[in-house]
Amino acid sequence: MLYSDRKIIEMRLPLNEKVLKGLKAGDEVLLSGVLFTARDQAHQRLAALLRKKVSLPFDLKGQVIYYCGPTRTPPGKAIGSCGPTTSSRMDSLTAPLLRAGVIGMIGKGRRSEEVRKLIRKHKAAYFLATGGTGAFLSKRVISAKAVFLKELGPEAVYRLVVKDFPVIVGIDSRGEDVFDR
Amino acid sequence: MERRKNNTMKRLTEKIISATIARLCVEANTCFRKDMKEALVRAINSESNPRAKSILKELLENAALAKSEKIALCQDTGLPVVFAEIGCDVDVRGLDLNRAINKGVEEGYRRGYLRESIVSDPLDRRKGSKFSPCIIHFDFGLHKGLRLTVLPKGFGCENKTQLKMFVPNTPIVEIKDFIVSAVKAAGPDACPPYVVGVGIGGSADYASLLSKKALLRHIGKRSAQALVAGIEKELLADINKLDIGPMGLGGKTTAFGVNILTYPTHIAGLPVVVNISCHVLRSAGAVLR
Ligand code: SF4
Repeated sequence: MLYSDRKIIEMRLPLNEKVLKGLKAGDEVLLSGVLFTARDQAHQRLAALLRKKVSLPFDLKGQVIYYCGPTRTPPGKAIGSCGPTTSSRMDSLTAPLLRAGVIGMIGKGRRSEEVRKLIRKHKAAYFLATGGTGAFLSKRVISAKAVFLKELGPEAVYRLVVKDFPVIVGIDSRGEDVFDR
Repeated sequence: MERRKNNTMKRLTEKIISATIARLCVEANTCFRKDMKEALVRAINSESNPRAKSILKELLENAALAKSEKIALCQDTGLPVVFAEIGCDVDVRGLDLNRAINKGVEEGYRRGYLRESIVSDPLDRRKGSKFSPCIIHFDFGLHKGLRLTVLPKGFGCENKTQLKMFVPNTPIVEIKDFIVSAVKAAGPDACPPYVVGVGIGGSADYASLLSKKALLRHIGKRSAQALVAGIEKELLADINKLDIGPMGLGGKTTAFGVNILTYPTHIAGLPVVVNISCHVLRSAGAVLR
């Protein structure tokens, strides 16, 4: 399954199990709605809070996490350059977020076997955004607001509203991986 | 000392050095390198895998947008690596070049709305990140003026760096295998298509420096040494057979180029370092006279 000849699928965020069931690894999807960014430091903090069973300032249920640390926002723009970062760095901290209700992740590159199994278990999905196209992707973001860990700058959690944000299904809810070829 | 003709020496100021570095930081991060763009256009024309082709077109569109909107090509605006080559006719006595360069980096990164990607303490990362300090390599040469080059290095690809200390008479085919396997290990993770910088010889640290400097050479130009140029060509062909392709989703464009720099080494060793760059290979340079 290298190249999907299926049509580009448009999806509203947040996602749910039912809509994810219809996706296959390799499918091209345009996402519209709300995403939350979180990368290395945010994952550390979120995982620690979840471990302590402290309630989070935003609900992770049904949410999609985007592995992204944007540049500063130029005046007059919704956001700066905002492409994906390498997902595998988040592998070891993915389990608690999925348990807390996260249903999708967007990043670049491969995931561990453990994450692939977790995705299958939680009937979630992992999406790929094109790495190194932060300028291009910034045009698909309507608004961005730091909502948590603001002091971390690019590593804060931003709530993004996106329109037609282009991704490819990397691992589908059955655990099929686009890189297994 | 007595023979120095002070009146022919060019006196530089910290201010002009900072201002130049600032400008180069913005330029490198927002204007796609010309040789990279040419390689990208060539790849779009020769790629037959439809998904690979469409991703490559996205990269081109990204470069156009970055330029017209004056926005960073990639959100990872890198760890700025600065090369400062002091020529024989410049007078930098009394200048704090480290301070001038770092000040320029901060200025440029702030003005260009780039990203604070530097953590002050590598072992305690809770305090957030900053624009500096950058990495500076000073050198002296017989050229005229102060040559400044800024290479903002993204870390998705920097993390894929590999070093191996080979024994002296290792067959070249084994060295080539090592380089190809480093690209294979990077796989889809570090934003392919790649540019592969290789340093061969010197010491472990010097081979690392060469591998980074190799990324500054025009990617369409081959090494001046015939043997090395041949290896570069063969490696590029081998790497493009890996079918990693743009974003790792397949295709014949896994790398745009392989640049090798060599240096004399010790009779007992043969250091080789592979420093991979993603498709957002950025650099900009200027000479202050
Ligand atoms: S590897 Fe390069 S293109 Fe990819 S995110 Fe890092 S800097 Fe950007």
